[in-house]
Order: sequence, then structure tokens, then C-alpha cells
Amino acid sequence: MAFARGVLRSVLPFLVGIPLLLALQTFLDSQGIDYWTIILISIGINVILAVSLNVVNGFTGQFSLGHAGFMAVGGYTTAKVALAFANGAHGLTQQAAFGGALLCGMAAAALAGLVVGLPSLRLRGDYLAIVTLGFGMIIVSIVENVDALGKAIGLSGLPGLTNVTWTGVGAIATVVMARRLAVSTQGRALFAIREDEVAAEAMGVDTTGYKVRAFVISAAFAGLAGGLIVHLLQLATPRSFNFIRSFEVVVMVVLGGLGSITGSVLAAIILTVALEALREFQQYRMVVYALLLIALMLTRPQGLFGTRELWDLPLVRRLPWMRNRAAAGPAGAPPTEVRGETDSGGET
Amino acid sequence: MSEPVLHISGVTMRFGGLRALGDFNLSMVPGELVGMIGPNGAGKTTAFNAVTGVYTPTEGEVRVAGERVNGLRPHEICTRGVARTFQNIRLFKQLSALDNVRVACHAGAKSGFVDSLFLTRHHRSEEQRILERAEKYLGVMGLSPRRDEIARNLPYGEQRRLEIARALATGPKVLCLDEPAAGMNAAEKTELMALIRSIRDRFGVAILLIEHDMRVAMGVSERMIVLDHGVTIAQGKPEAIRKDPKVIEAYLGDAYLEERHIAVPVGPGSGASR
Amino acid sequence: MTEFLQHLVNGVSLGTIYALIALGYTMVYGVLKLINFAHGDVYMVGAFMGYYLAGFWRLGGAASAGGGATPGSVVRAFLITAASMVVCGFLGYVIERFAYRPLRDRPRLTALITAIGVSFLLEFGFQLNFRGSNFPPGPTPRIFPTLFEGHDTGWLSALGVNLYTTDLLTLGVAILLMVLLQWIVYRTKFGTAMRAVSFDHQVAGLMGIPVNRIISWTFVLGSALAAAAGILFAVTRPRIDPLMGLMFGLKAFVAAVLGGIGSVPGAMVGGMVLGLSEEFVAGYLLSSYRDAIAFGILILVLVLRPSGLFGRTTVEKV
Repeated sequence: MAFARGVLRSVLPFLVGIPLLLALQTFLDSQGIDYWTIILISIGINVILAVSLNVVNGFTGQFSLGHAGFMAVGGYTTAKVALAFANGAHGLTQQAAFGGALLCGMAAAALAGLVVGLPSLRLRGDYLAIVTLGFGMIIVSIVENVDALGKAIGLSGLPGLTNVTWTGVGAIATVVMARRLAVSTQGRALFAIREDEVAAEAMGVDTTGYKVRAFVISAAFAGLAGGLIVHLLQLATPRSFNFIRSFEVVVMVVLGGLGSITGSVLAAIILTVALEALREFQQYRMVVYALLLIALMLTRPQGLFGTRELWDLPLVRRLPWMRNRAAAGPAGAPPTEVRGETDSGGET
Repeated sequence: MSEPVLHISGVTMRFGGLRALGDFNLSMVPGELVGMIGPNGAGKTTAFNAVTGVYTPTEGEVRVAGERVNGLRPHEICTRGVARTFQNIRLFKQLSALDNVRVACHAGAKSGFVDSLFLTRHHRSEEQRILERAEKYLGVMGLSPRRDEIARNLPYGEQRRLEIARALATGPKVLCLDEPAAGMNAAEKTELMALIRSIRDRFGVAILLIEHDMRVAMGVSERMIVLDHGVTIAQGKPEAIRKDPKVIEAYLGDAYLEERHIAVPVGPGSGASR
Repeated sequence: MTEFLQHLVNGVSLGTIYALIALGYTMVYGVLKLINFAHGDVYMVGAFMGYYLAGFWRLGGAASAGGGATPGSVVRAFLITAASMVVCGFLGYVIERFAYRPLRDRPRLTALITAIGVSFLLEFGFQLNFRGSNFPPGPTPRIFPTLFEGHDTGWLSALGVNLYTTDLLTLGVAILLMVLLQWIVYRTKFGTAMRAVSFDHQVAGLMGIPVNRIISWTFVLGSALAAAAGILFAVTRPRIDPLMGLMFGLKAFVAAVLGGIGSVPGAMVGGMVLGLSEEFVAGYLLSSYRDAIAFGILILVLVLRPSGLFGRTTVEKV
């Protein structure tokens, strides 16, 4: 019985979320509102991207610039599997096949995360940025040269299976993942690594192991986003996964606050909506992002939320099901906050 | 006669051309209190770093509870029973006092990402265990009222105690304290001395202490080792160390000895205690 | 044999360009411990400055093709290069002064993010298209004007290799600049000060070294070299576009890491090794994976010898 209760607690967010999403989707479909559907899906995908990147860049304080690379791995894997199994199927079988394809994409992306992370996470943070950026570009380079992946033209003919429900489930899963991680022992270890890696190591935290695991999880969810994107566009092309994509996700995470899940979600929403609203100024979008990034670092490096979360607000903490939680506490400060001097001091 | 819980033999640390520590030997049994003193730059923290895995000894061997730990990573050495504090406090400054200790409680446990993500029963019981353990160690160091306070905001003396609580929470066999009394006033230092002894009595850990304050070092230590320029110049009981001319010379210089007509010792081989 | 020599020539030529850019990365990393992400884009700006200056002087283009390397045209070419170096040196100063210096006491991550921002600002700023204006150049690649026609010297034609005057000239200029830099770093007071700052900038300041000024001049120097690299590249491979700095900058960074980040001779050696490796591997094996070679080298270096060929393994004091 306790086991059943445990399972229930674990899947509760989905039990609540899925019916709501289905209802929302039916409503939108019935009204024939394509526009809002696309916006909501875009928001959902960006939430997945921002929150998953936050696990590495925010929680652990490492700096990955290659999120798009993992999206690509996930996206192309999902596409291949879907083309094989979901194209001919219908109804629930097709949906199940799609789910399976997405999981395959996540697994492939996770594996890529392992391969990239293991050698590079042993080293100083600055190098990680370069290595991950390079990885992202190599993936694109490889895809453009492999026939089976459609080269530069890409893979077409994908079923348009991404909808509000699937995207919503993905977003819920990502946020739940991040939240559970943040309040757990593992999350605390990640924060400790961010605060002071040497001290964390001295206290028994396998810093490399944890960094790699955070990286793998982050990559898996990037893969999920990739899989959803290719089935939205009904096309898998290298152009969807270039370094510009990586940069956009970084802007979202930094804007929201490195280390704040709430911040990432909000920044994803804000930037997606702003992008839509300001369509005529598309040309300037990257320049604006760049200026935004520089301005943020110079004036408010903690972004919108720093590391604060919605659920840390006193009001929220008084809600009945929140009261018994072990003191989660503020999760430290974002790695871009001004910290006291940690000079190494003299020898004795 | 119990097995040495920490056995350091012939450890030398070289950085390029610089020999920071030469032929360092130390053996500690469970529950022993050993103090390490010496002028600045003598190599004391280097010795700590060599023992805890921050550096790999250029020569020599470190054994923890009989097991050779040369070349292991610091977290592996920590799980084998060696914990430390840092000369310049290295707390997780933006985390709460409780969280600082909780991180240490997990030392060595297999990373249970799956447990945390799927909220298994194991996860919940583990979280409970860690919470209780952390609160216990906070209590031992008298920091329970500061549980939710951000480490950065704690007064200096409490920060030092928090660091000790955190190190203790890893469940060590050997606790290495790097200048725990630095920056404290006389009353706090007396309290600290009592605290260190009570930690040893309660937990049975061997304690290796670097200290500059002679009163604290000699008051707490059962045995002392004196370093100067990386070389061990004396080892023995505090009373003997206090009178050892080589030690006096290292700290106070030739002139002091000459004024008092004490023979200036020649070379590290000679001298009373060895 | 012919192919081998051709690759050798190309590799050396490419290598010197990587080396010039790598020098900027390594010097800045040495004094600030910062990877100046925007450095590759200064290289791009340098190439474009040359483009605009040449246009301003109404040089090059199809119309003047056929004019050989007359003293006049060579002098003009040097003037353009020098002017571009000055402009980019100034750009480097501005970037350091307004984007990096305010963040010097902040965690390194903040400066890194800012550097990325500056990089993208340059890349995408240059891709903007304002109607009626030639600047910014927009995303379409431009053709760098021919400053003077390069003739086949014929020196290696017996071996079937094309060795153009332009190749020799660019190689010569590159080597000259590297020698000049070597002299600056190791034989002038400025160079010594720069190295002192790279060892410990607090102590250097206490010794009376004007740290801020040294850092600024380091940026100026590095940026000037990058500009020269940009023009040298554009002379032999005339297609330039605003994104040329991205890939090239990354690869030059790999060269700097290979040589040992922070080491000036290391950057030069690293650049040559990378240029030659890329040419030979791409030439004989995987031509379409040209870019991946650099990253393959990076992974190898990071896994096998993170401090690079000439770098020092710094031990962190705990």
C-alpha cells in the first residue's frame, strides 16, 4: 500500500496535468486557433530547453554552450524512430510510438551528454564553454555530411505529432525533474559544487561524477525538446540546431536567473512571446539578445530571479502540502552574483 | 596498541624546483590529539593537502586505516575517513548552515539520482536520515539556532564552528583542523579547546591540528610536531617542544637564543627531542 | 609529392594565420584568465576594415586586376593593413574598457557570458542590413578586393606546386609580426610588465605596474594582430562574411590551448601545428570534416595534456 502511495506521489503532477492539457488542446482545436497552439507549443519547448540548461549552468555553475547539439542528437534520433514506427500507425498506437520515439531521442541525447561530458567536465569551467560550443558545431557538421540524416536538406515527411499535450507533458516533466533535483541531496551536492568545488570534493562529493550526471540529465531533456521540434516543423534540419539556438537558450537562462527554475520558465515565456509580438524586428533579434546579455551582466547579473523560486515565497510555503517539507531553504546564489573574495591565502 | 589510523611515511612534496615538504613522517592512533606548528610557509597546510588528496605526494606514502591512499581523489580519501577544515574558511557561503552540513552527510553514498527524481521510499528515508544527522552535528557544535541562517551571514567564530560540524558530519576517523582558532578571542579559544577535546571523547576521532596560537596548540595536543621550511625539526610532548632550542630558534631567531646564552643548534640532526 | 608540398605550403600559410589569432587569445588569457570570446570577431572586423578602406581608396575589384605588385600598390596594401590594425586595436581597447573591466572583481563566469555577448553583438551587428548604407555589410559574403595581383613565383613549379607572391608576402608579414611580438613580450619593459601581470596581477600592482594600462595595451596588441590576420587571410582567400570569425576564432583558440594557453611561443607553435594538421588530414582523409579536426585535437589535448605543449601546470593553493 505504501508502495502504491509512493508511486502516486511520484506521478501526481502528470495525473493532474495531463487531463488539463488534453482539455486545453481540445478547446484550441475546436476553435481552430492554430496561432495560439503554436505559441503555447513554442513556450513549452523553450521551457524545456531553459530549465534543462539551468541544471548545468545554474545549479552546478558550469557553462555549457552546446545545448543545441544535444537537441540535434535527440531530434534526429526521434525522427528516425518515428519514421520507422509512427508513420504507418494510427490513433493510440501512433501516439505510443511517438512517445517511444521521444524516449529514444532522450536516451541518445543522454548518451551524447556522457560522451561529451566525461572528458571535458574534469577541467576548468571556461574550457567547457568552448568544448560544448565545438561539439554543437561538429554535430551539425556531421549531420550535413551524412546521407542517412538527410544532409543539409534534412529529413522530411515527419508526422506532425507534437501538440499542446505532448509539449505540456514534456514541460511538466522538466520542471518536476528540476524541482525534485533542487530539493534533494543530489541537488545540494550540485549547489555545493557551484559554491566551492574544492570544499565539496573535500566533503566527499564526487564532483566529476555529479557534474557528468547533471550534464547527462540536462542533455536528455534537450533531446526531448529536439524531438518535439522536429515533429512540430515536420522536418529535421541542421539549421534548427545551430549555435544560434544554443545562444538563445543561454540568454533565457541568464535572463531568468542562473539557478532559478521559476526564472527560467518565466524568461522562456517572456522571450517567446516577445519574439512573436515583435516579428517585424526579427532582424535585430540577435543583436538585442547580445546587448541584453551584456547589459544584464553589467547591471544585474543575477537576472530576474537570482536563485529564488516561486515556492520559496512565504505565501506559498503556508499551503498545506508544502508545510511538511524539510527545510529546502534558498538554494544559494547564482554563479554570477558578486561573492566575497575567496583568495587562496598563504601557506603555513 | 591499536593500528595507526593515519600513517604518513617519508612524504615529500615538490612543486617544480621548490620542495615545500620534505620527508614528513607521522603516525596517529585513534583518538590521538596531535598538533602541528611552525612559522608561516613551513609546509603545514601542504602536509594537510598531501594527506587529503589535494596534492599527490611526490614521494612517500599515506595510509588511512592501513590502506594506501596516494593518488586518490580528495572525495575518495574523505570517504575512507579523513575530513578537514580550511585555513581560509571554505564554507558553501550562500547555502544555509543546515545545508552545509547536509552536503557532508551524504559523503560516499551512491548518488541516487533515480531515487530523487522518482521520489522513492529510499529517497525519503535517506533525506530524513540526512536531516537528522545534520541537525545532530549542528547541535554538537552549538549551532542549532543558526540552522537556517545563510553561512555567509554567520559571525566569524560560528563560521569556523560550522566548518568543523561539516567536517565531522562526514564521519571521519581523522579530523584535520587548519587553524581553527584563527581570529577568535581568548574566551572563544578556551571554548574551542574544550570543544576539540569533547569531540575526541565523544566520537573517538583522531585529531590533527595546525595552530599558530601556542596556548591552544599546547593546551590541546598530546603530541606535537614542528615544521620549518618543510622540514620536521622536532616531535614530542608539548613540554619538551616548548623548551627545544631548535623550535625556539625557528620562531624567534638566533638573536633571542644568543641573548639568553642558549647554544644555537646546528643542523636538524642534533637536538633533544627527535 | 606535389600534393604533399601543396598541402605543406597551404598548411604553413593557414598555420601562421591561426598563430596570429591565437596570440591574442593567449595574451589576454594570460593577463586576465579570461577567454575573450569576441577575439575571433575582431579578426572578422579587421578583414572588413580592410575591405572598406580599400573601397574608400577605390582599390582592387575586377577593374584593377592585372596590376602587379607595384611598389605603390604594396605600400597601399601595408597602409590598409596598418590602418585596420589601429582601428581594431582601438576596438579591443573599447571592449576591454567597457565590457570586461567593470567585471574584473566578479566571478569569472560573468565575464565569460559578457564576452559571449560581445562576440554575438559583433557577429550579428555586422549582419544587419540598413537600406542605402554599405555598413554594416549584411549577411551576404563580400569579396575582398585584390590589392595587387599575385603572380606565381614559379619557384616550386618544377615540383608542380603553385607558390604565389601573395602567399610569400602574407607569410613574410605574419612571421615579421610574430617576431615583433616576441621582441615586445620578452625584450621590452611593457612585455615584462605584461608577463608580471599574468603571473599575479595583485602583486604586480603592488610593485608599481599600472595593471589597468597594461591590460588595455595587451588587448590592443592582440586585437591588432587579429586584424592583420584577417587581412592576410582575405588577401589569399577573398570571400569574407560576418561569421568568418566564429569558426576561425574557435580553431585559433584550440591552437592556443594546444600550445599552452598563456604561453606566447606556445600560441605560435600551436597555430602552425593546427594549420598543418588541418591541411594534411583534410587533404588526405576527411575533407568534409575539416572543422572537426580542430575539435578532435582539442579533446586530445584536454584529455592527455591539458596544460598544452608549453603551458605550466598551475597548482591551485588550497
